[in-house]
Amino acid sequence: MFQFESVNDFIQMGGHGYYVWSAYFISLSALTWLVMSPLIRRRKFIQEVGHQRRRELARQ
Amino acid sequence: MWQWFHRLGSPRWFYQASGKWLPWLSLLAAVFLCVGVVWGLGFAPQDAKQGNSFRIIYIHVPASFLALAGYYVMAFAGAVGLIWKMKLADMVMKSAAPIGAVLTFIALLTGAIWGKPTWGTYWIWDARITSMLVLFFLYLGVIALQHSYSSQDSASKASAVLSLVGMVNIPIIYKSVDWWYTLHQPATIKFTEAPSMHPDMFQPLLVMILGFYCFYAVVLILTTRVEILHRERRTRWVQDLVLEAPDNSNSGKI
Repeated sequence: MFQFESVNDFIQMGGHGYYVWSAYFISLSALTWLVMSPLIRRRKFIQEVGHQRRRELARQ
Repeated sequence: MWQWFHRLGSPRWFYQASGKWLPWLSLLAAVFLCVGVVWGLGFAPQDAKQGNSFRIIYIHVPASFLALAGYYVMAFAGAVGLIWKMKLADMVMKSAAPIGAVLTFIALLTGAIWGKPTWGTYWIWDARITSMLVLFFLYLGVIALQHSYSSQDSASKASAVLSLVGMVNIPIIYKSVDWWYTLHQPATIKFTEAPSMHPDMFQPLLVMILGFYCFYAVVLILTTRVEILHRERRTRWVQDLVLEAPDNSNSGKI
């Protein structure tokens, strides 16, 4: 059963909202970075090496 | 058995096989984490003494679990790389270090935030917290070593040795709450006994722990795959693989 009576109640968390939400928000950002960082590096790698390789093939 | 071992050690085989595991693992991680967060934040009953600030447990405990499990993964991969000269193990070790560091950081930070309303202070030099800080520095040490050698082989050896020596810290972390009984509470979950929590609070925690395990596997695989591409960039299969993607490197330029 949902523990809070209203949305405002849920955000306030009985006066502990600041602690709970900041902990969740910072953790979410850190976890998102963990996923995004390898995805971005992979994309960059494929673009760079793929571009090089295409130039080499064009020259041959 | 040995054939399997050699195949698993082949970066190319791992790259291709892990590509098939990733969608399923990601789906599992997403489902567990979403269910766990909603359950933990909205539906688990509040703690009689701590009120709602106890909901931080649903991140703090899983992150701490994985910070420790990640250290085992890193040290074990380091040992395999050192003993059998398995290249893939070296790559896994290198990839595990930043992930472990971030998870340890989350564990320390959520612990600090939780400490304020519960203990009245963000930080205290308690044995458990201090040994977790040492774990954080061990991860940072491995990351630093990886970048301080021009030869990848020397970097792998040095960081494998550091992570193995750092294993001394692991039993200290586990036992710290029993040996020096200060502020940090003893373990909530033990394999030998029933958990000291009400099932309504414990079930979402279990879901979150499972979610963090799946999440860890996904991120470790993603990071290792990028490392494989970088180290195998001169091989035929990587050179063919990069051609499959469309060439966007000139987009935005005239």
